[in-house]
Amino acid sequence: MFRLEPRGLKSEFWTFGSPVLAIILTIVTMCILFAIMGAPPISAIETFLIQPVLSVTGISSLLVRAAPLIMIAIGLSFCYRANVWNIGGDGQFTLGAIAGGGVALMLLPNAGFWFYPFVLVLGILGGMFWGGIVAFLKLHFNANEILTSLMLNYIAQLVLVWLVTGPWRDPQGFGFPQSAMFGAGATTPNFGTTTIHLGCLLAPLLAIAVWQIMARSVLGFQLKVVGQAPRAARYAGFSNAKLTWIALLVSGGLSGLAGIIEVTGPIGQLTTGITPGYGYTAVIVAFLGRLHPIGVIFAGLLLALSYLGGDAAQINLNLPNSITGIFQGVLLFYLLGADILILYRIKWPKPAVKAAKFVTEPAE
Amino acid sequence: MNLFYVTSFVLSIISASTPLLLAASGELITEKSGVLNLGVEGMMLIGAIAGFATAKATGNPYIGVLAAALAGVLISMIFAVLTLSLLANQIATGLALTIFGHGFAALLGAGYVGISAPTLPKLIIPFLSKIPFFGPVLFQQNILIYLSFAVIAGIAFFLRKTHAGLILRAVGDSHDAAHAMGYSVIAIRYAAVAFGGAMAGIAGAYLSLYYSPLWSQDLAAGRGWIALALVVFSAWRPFWLLAGAYLFGGITYLSLYLQGLGVPIPSPLISALPYVGTVVVLVLISRDRRRIRLNQPACLGKYFHAVA
Repeated sequence: MFRLEPRGLKSEFWTFGSPVLAIILTIVTMCILFAIMGAPPISAIETFLIQPVLSVTGISSLLVRAAPLIMIAIGLSFCYRANVWNIGGDGQFTLGAIAGGGVALMLLPNAGFWFYPFVLVLGILGGMFWGGIVAFLKLHFNANEILTSLMLNYIAQLVLVWLVTGPWRDPQGFGFPQSAMFGAGATTPNFGTTTIHLGCLLAPLLAIAVWQIMARSVLGFQLKVVGQAPRAARYAGFSNAKLTWIALLVSGGLSGLAGIIEVTGPIGQLTTGITPGYGYTAVIVAFLGRLHPIGVIFAGLLLALSYLGGDAAQINLNLPNSITGIFQGVLLFYLLGADILILYRIKWPKPAVKAAKFVTEPAE
Repeated sequence: MNLFYVTSFVLSIISASTPLLLAASGELITEKSGVLNLGVEGMMLIGAIAGFATAKATGNPYIGVLAAALAGVLISMIFAVLTLSLLANQIATGLALTIFGHGFAALLGAGYVGISAPTLPKLIIPFLSKIPFFGPVLFQQNILIYLSFAVIAGIAFFLRKTHAGLILRAVGDSHDAAHAMGYSVIAIRYAAVAFGGAMAGIAGAYLSLYYSPLWSQDLAAGRGWIALALVVFSAWRPFWLLAGAYLFGGITYLSLYLQGLGVPIPSPLISALPYVGTVVVLVLISRDRRRIRLNQPACLGKYFHAVA
């Protein structure tokens, strides 16, 4: 078996080489999977990864899909750098949609466009509220944030189902579990006649803003120290509690913003299925983007492509669109595996080894 | 007549608690060895579809259960290789396992949606099963319900009374010390992860071959995550795990029961009860930091790389 030898320093090359290697290995694995499922591998990969972006409509859908992933993943990267394991992106997204969408529907259904910024702010607050619960429970009751944030995903989804099947159901909706369509005051504007909306522009801008804040502020520095050397951070007097609050409020707010933009934009109303698991996919986006806001933009585009590819494979090749989930899971597996190259060298034992050499080999 | 209701009430709670107990007892052993595998939900789903497809193909639900356990082990080995041999982050890898498990189970199960497979029969023990109340509760259950109790008793015995259990705990509490003693930390952890995978797989088979007669993609419905919370709730002690699983089984049943009664609470909110309950219980249990620190395996989630 191989042996791992610590490099001592992080390898710059593999920090960026590892995602590339992971993507290549994932594509090879998908080819094998397609072959097993009886589809011609090369043309299936083309259908999955290339065909969706060959048209203008395709590129628009890519950007529309990528926007929520990028927004959620920026916040998650922020959390993971501080060692706060928020996996409640889906719930925070949903609460953003409920908070912003609910007010728009219930209080001012006929408001003009002047109301739109308030809707966005309400969405952000909704997400922050859901993220804040996690921070509160973690800091005051020591409750594991992975489990609480995850449970809050289920709870948010069920609250949404209750609202759109009960009090907020569209009376003219023929009994479908959905709200009325949003009015002008709660509609995310599109660019021209395309489906590209304001969120597609906002996502990369937010990434750049967060990147600058992280790179230039004391807060960014503290976050880095807390994540990489918690004991040094404690010694320096950085407040872990404050950073946990900030991380969860920021990521909750960003997820909430993604949620309200999604329902006021592409969806146009509240329904029971507003997220195909964006909050979970964003975890992969965050890791693939190296927990860096700019990396997250590229990773978000790739993962968005996997959604479009799944749909394309379903329509053109008659394959189940669950291959999207497989692509995402396999990609994260390879990425986590390849990341070992950042800190370690792999040493293969030389083929012609004398017997005496084995004595010096470590037991493992 | 009253006894009839009590009996069916107890039976429903047992039925809802068993998948939690099976999955959580596997995770308990995994965590005792110092490994945090968050992929329980994914392993359950893989086990569920493997068991379902095998039972459908062979017509024998018992072969289905074996296939589910095997599938759980195989899928858990992806996690083991990444975290134990390649030192990947356990939290991220566990999440990847769940995401992958969702996708893979949906892919394999695409042709089975809404179809039923042969279900696990109840083992009816002659004469004893005729006793009122005790008969149906104790002597007319399927094999996995008996297994869940046997496993808990076995785990309790293994951890407290056997040498191998002591080694497992040593690996979880101080991998450096265990390594210095000459134990193979990595090999022991591989075994512990495999056991967790097998139990999660069996829990999945319980869902697809007994609890829910038709195949659906969302079979696990967060039970894998609740099982993870139960391990924290139990403070890593087997009999508390049993109590916790039955508490949550009770809450799950209560939420179904209330919906059936037609209480004036909207049913989606009642369905949220087990998830809210998990948060509440986690909060109550974790509040005492000292208790958690005393009981949690000291090396939980930390990677081990033998230098020499």
